[in-house]
Amino acid sequence: MRRYLLRRSGQSALTLLLSSMVVFAGIRALPGDPARALAGEQNDPAQVAAVRARYGLDDPIWVQYWHFLTNSLHGDLGTSVRTGIPVSDMLKSALPVTAELSVLALLIATVIGILTGIVAATRRGHPAEWAANGFALLGLSVPNFWLGLMAILWLSVALGVLPASGYVPFREDPGANLQHMILPAIVLGTQLAAVIMRQTRSSMLDALETDYVRTARAKGLRERNVVWVHGLRNSLIVVVTIVGLQLGALISGAVVTERIFALPGFGKLTIDAVFQRDYPVIQAVVLVTATAYIVINLLVDLLYSLIDPRIRVAGEAT
Amino acid sequence: MSVTDKVSRESTTADPTGAAPPQPGRPRRRRVLHRLRRSPLAMTGLVVLCIAVLAALLAPVLAPYDPNEAHFDAVFQPPGSPGYLLGTDDLGRDILSRVLFGARASLLVGVLSTALAMVVAVPLGLIAGYFSKLDAVVSRLTDLVLAFPFLILAVGLAAIRGASLTNAALAIGIAQIPGIIRVTRSETLRLKSLDYVAAAVAEGASDLWVVGRHILPNSVSVLIVQATVAIPAAILGEAVLSFLGLGIQPPSPSLGTMLSEAQQSINRAPWTAVIPGLAIIVLTLAFNLVGDGLRDALDPRGSRR
Repeated sequence: MRRYLLRRSGQSALTLLLSSMVVFAGIRALPGDPARALAGEQNDPAQVAAVRARYGLDDPIWVQYWHFLTNSLHGDLGTSVRTGIPVSDMLKSALPVTAELSVLALLIATVIGILTGIVAATRRGHPAEWAANGFALLGLSVPNFWLGLMAILWLSVALGVLPASGYVPFREDPGANLQHMILPAIVLGTQLAAVIMRQTRSSMLDALETDYVRTARAKGLRERNVVWVHGLRNSLIVVVTIVGLQLGALISGAVVTERIFALPGFGKLTIDAVFQRDYPVIQAVVLVTATAYIVINLLVDLLYSLIDPRIRVAGEAT
Repeated sequence: MSVTDKVSRESTTADPTGAAPPQPGRPRRRRVLHRLRRSPLAMTGLVVLCIAVLAALLAPVLAPYDPNEAHFDAVFQPPGSPGYLLGTDDLGRDILSRVLFGARASLLVGVLSTALAMVVAVPLGLIAGYFSKLDAVVSRLTDLVLAFPFLILAVGLAAIRGASLTNAALAIGIAQIPGIIRVTRSETLRLKSLDYVAAAVAEGASDLWVVGRHILPNSVSVLIVQATVAIPAAILGEAVLSFLGLGIQPPSPSLGTMLSEAQQSINRAPWTAVIPGLAIIVLTLAFNLVGDGLRDALDPRGSRR
């Protein structure tokens, strides 16, 4: 187990290092000279040189990369060119919004996905199977931002049930916070629910044909027991992996969802930064997302190996 | 060019069995087509897809107006108004014409980005699966690309290279590379372990021959299924990017930009948001139906699912 853990963590560390290089190289690939941009419009050569020395822009490229890396590790992600606020502060206020949205969406998607997946696997030929399959197919084909627009149109504007946009911090008013978050979370979670539903269904179908399920049925266990205990438990492993794999899609979806519902999260920060050409913010957003993604995937893998001992045995064998 | 064309052509010229070639491929292929034809959902998808692709290709002929032509005397006409079958938007532009041209752009990005991803990912997947020594290198590369979620990748690209159709296709294509590498790799691993490959190696066939003659042709069916997953995902991706302003730039018609523009008028003219969205759904749903049908038809375990 320890060897697997070390090997897997080492891989993640390597990927992290590589991705930081990609981000660094990406920013260097930008057109224009950053020193000239910072020195102002006059482009006085002396001033440009001074700026260059001050920001270490005349250092060899690997020294610059080293500074970038150590600064990032110390939580110094630079300062926004537009607002003058440290980027880390901007991230600190945006992250809780996105985290809450993602966790809520994940919860909704998992519950709906697993339930409909079980229905589709156990009620073969029943109208419920058709409904569940249809839901999954639609969930995969409907763009979530369009779903968001329609949800605003019907629920908020036409019926006036839920607020169409805006954000209330959880600490100020938990009820109002949830009212604002529930619709975006459903919109964000739909696609994931469809993916989870399909995986649950197919692994349930596999599980229900195994010998141990036949044994469980033969010894007279109730069908409900067979499905929920013997079938589902072994299908859950696959669901955990899927959640790990879909994390990127969830982050991408959150950006769009926040945009539609005007939530002041990570997505809004990102899109605003692109349109304002606020490069330090873009750089930080890309770096932080990549890091979060790699770390969470590492955790998912480790969790996976805890649920299924075969994984770590295979991992040690190679 | 057209997607259906590509799918059907490849499935008839290449051997779509995915099993050992010594077994004659023709009956198997006929069985696959037969199964596909028996699935009403897949056939519906195929028919819709053909119509959609034709309509998009013939957009310049079919569209009643220039998609960017404004009619200020006829803004916000509801669907069914005389002269405007699907209504008009805030500038009085004909929505039908814009949807046709938008679908064309969507399909273009979908096919372009998937082709790009395939060209890069299939060789890498073959290498990773066939040469076990290089597996780790390719895996790290896959991890690296996976570390950047699709939208973040697109944001980075848009920041560096500017927002355009090409850059949107590039971002979507790059984001699809890891998935295709994985599918190709696992298919290669499976095929490599089969007896006929061992026989070819024992007969002294070179690696290039084994990969090019035995493994790649037998992976084609899996790759086609993968394409039917990748293309609708790319269409959704393009819509998202254009909606955010990171893809196709207005006034060029794109289903994503149409939705983004409709946001302002959604209360006054809901159809400006509903119709482009439905067009996206029809396109992606058709691809997904065909993909599901193909996958089921190719599944050696038969009609179980």
